[in-house]
Amino acid sequence: MSMTQQAQPAVTTPPAPGPKETDGRTARRPLALRLLARPEVGVFLGAVVVLIFFLFAAPPVRDGSSIANILYQSSTIGIMALPVALLMIGGEFDLSAGVAVITSALTASMLSYQLTLNVWVGVIVALAVSLGIGLFNGWMLIKTGLPSFLVTLGTFLILQGVNLAVTKLVTGNVATDSISDMDGFEQAKAIFASTFDVAGVQVKITVVWWLVFAALATWVLLRTKYGNWIFAVGGNKESARAVGVPVTFTKISLFMLVGFGAWFVGMHNLFSFNTVQSGEGVGQELIYIAAAVIGGCLLTGGAGSAIGPVFGAFMFGMVQQGIVYAGWNPDWFKAFLGVMLLGAVLINLWVQRTATRR
Amino acid sequence: MDRSSHTRSRRIAPFVAVAAAAALTLAGCSSSSGGKKAEEGGADASAGKADTPRMTVALVTHQSPGDTFWDIVRKGAQAAAAKDNVKLVYSADPNAGNQANLVQNAIDQKVDGIAVTLAKPDALKGVIAKAEKAGIPVVGLNSGVSDWKDLGLLEFFGQDENVAGEAFGKKLNEVGAKNAVCVIQEQGNIGLTQRCDGVKKTFEGKLQILNVNGTDMPSVKSTITAKLKQDSSIDYVATLGAPFALTAVQSVEEAGSKAKVATFDLNKQLTSAIQNGDITFAVDQQPYLQGYLAVDGLWLYKNNGNYSGGGEQPVLTGPAFVDKSNVDTVAEFAAKGTR
Repeated sequence: MSMTQQAQPAVTTPPAPGPKETDGRTARRPLALRLLARPEVGVFLGAVVVLIFFLFAAPPVRDGSSIANILYQSSTIGIMALPVALLMIGGEFDLSAGVAVITSALTASMLSYQLTLNVWVGVIVALAVSLGIGLFNGWMLIKTGLPSFLVTLGTFLILQGVNLAVTKLVTGNVATDSISDMDGFEQAKAIFASTFDVAGVQVKITVVWWLVFAALATWVLLRTKYGNWIFAVGGNKESARAVGVPVTFTKISLFMLVGFGAWFVGMHNLFSFNTVQSGEGVGQELIYIAAAVIGGCLLTGGAGSAIGPVFGAFMFGMVQQGIVYAGWNPDWFKAFLGVMLLGAVLINLWVQRTATRR
Repeated sequence: MDRSSHTRSRRIAPFVAVAAAAALTLAGCSSSSGGKKAEEGGADASAGKADTPRMTVALVTHQSPGDTFWDIVRKGAQAAAAKDNVKLVYSADPNAGNQANLVQNAIDQKVDGIAVTLAKPDALKGVIAKAEKAGIPVVGLNSGVSDWKDLGLLEFFGQDENVAGEAFGKKLNEVGAKNAVCVIQEQGNIGLTQRCDGVKKTFEGKLQILNVNGTDMPSVKSTITAKLKQDSSIDYVATLGAPFALTAVQSVEEAGSKAKVATFDLNKQLTSAIQNGDITFAVDQQPYLQGYLAVDGLWLYKNNGNYSGGGEQPVLTGPAFVDKSNVDTVAEFAAKGTR
């Protein structure tokens, strides 16, 4: 995990930071302060505070398997929070991300079951459908020039209705049939929803994928031309276009990346629970966005990181499960969650303010 | 511009993929086990059709979208409608104010009968009075067993969630549960809250409430796991919907807990889980019966002036318990999605 990333790299390759280029206007600030100014450090500290808090408040959290459980919850949020964060850095929202996960799972499940196919056929078609939804979102955005909030709100409602109506039409029920006894299920389960043993603790494979994807996203964001394009289109679309950044391609591909994430999490849902309930997924989009924002991604685009949302998702999972581990009154559950999240964001903000103060 | 050709090639990608999938199917990429093929063979029972004049019945419930329970209520209503030569208009909204508007909508359509759930009786009082003024008979189903008479409804089918909960609590006593957790998948949902309240009323052990995010299964799973870790003396997990019971089984396993799982409502997968012992029992209010009887009751009233219970007593549809002893007979119907 690299902590030395640029919050806002220039459009062109940034010039090598020469230590000699001091012009006297800015004195070099101590390393600790410069580190604190990184957007992901604030959320990292926030996550540490929340973790320590629950280690004291909820004794069961001290157990290794509890941490594995929290990481699992965080990973299913975090895998989606990554592409959602990249999209936000690129200056757009995707409100359809939550239900798109279910659309993908429903597609794979119903196709395999109804046609009695190897489940891998369903998995691949679901990928195509998910990428297609991303493509549609991006294409509508570019063609109409409408804000992504509106475009994806439309897709959100469409998918919500389609999920229900098509499932009802095809299966006659509101949930899909179990595919657990079909060919290819075990293989797919091994990839999307298996568990492995680390020193006696059962860890879910999604945790590994989450970290792999986060490392990949960080590399793309910081070391590739495409990463620069993302920052550029989120910062200022017109000037990005003027300096030759393919704005259309970047935005559409970012939406398709969210589609990819939705497919992956959808497949996890399908292969860990065998069936899919068509009404699920509503409201999840806000959790993904929240994880990205807590992780230091600007709502206005142009700034953020891929590591921040990892801690954002962890914090969300930690708070959500921590409240249960602590055994607090469940009626207050949502209120606790809100207060903890606001608190975490405030810590994040305070750390950044303090660190960047001259 | 090469940029647009980029997007165009991406635009056709899904179609290429679908075509490829179709080709794969032909190439023999089919599953040798499970799937639809293994499932086919059971023809639906078809009954005759009444020759009474065509009538329209509106069924207005407080269903939230995609709920299995309500899907079965609706199927029962549809079956009765098909048999009785009734045109069924179904609408639903979990928000009581909106539900009242839907009843008003049915009055405006001049339907011949209205079947309505009374999750929040006060919100529906006014609009039910209007229906009566317009001469439209109104029957109640599912919730509102203590209010239907006051509101002047003709008859009532079903039972309160409370009653189902109380029966569930008694059953928990019978099986020797000491510390149970009631899992609510939608915080603040009145029907679900009533179920847990009912359990609390009759259950002699300790009952805890756990709210989970029902729209996100992985989250449901981790939250139940967390609860079982937090209190390792929990010996029964009571879920309020079949899909959550199946997830709770996974949580119990993950937490290394000895807790057993019991649930409200049924579905196909749940009956097999009862068969293989993963789930101890399910309480069934027979939603199919509620929908069926409500529509059939209105048909009888219109054509022969009958009304069940004589306006005094409700018609109870449950609680029916499904456990290992009777699951085999139920499983057949649950597989069709009607039980």
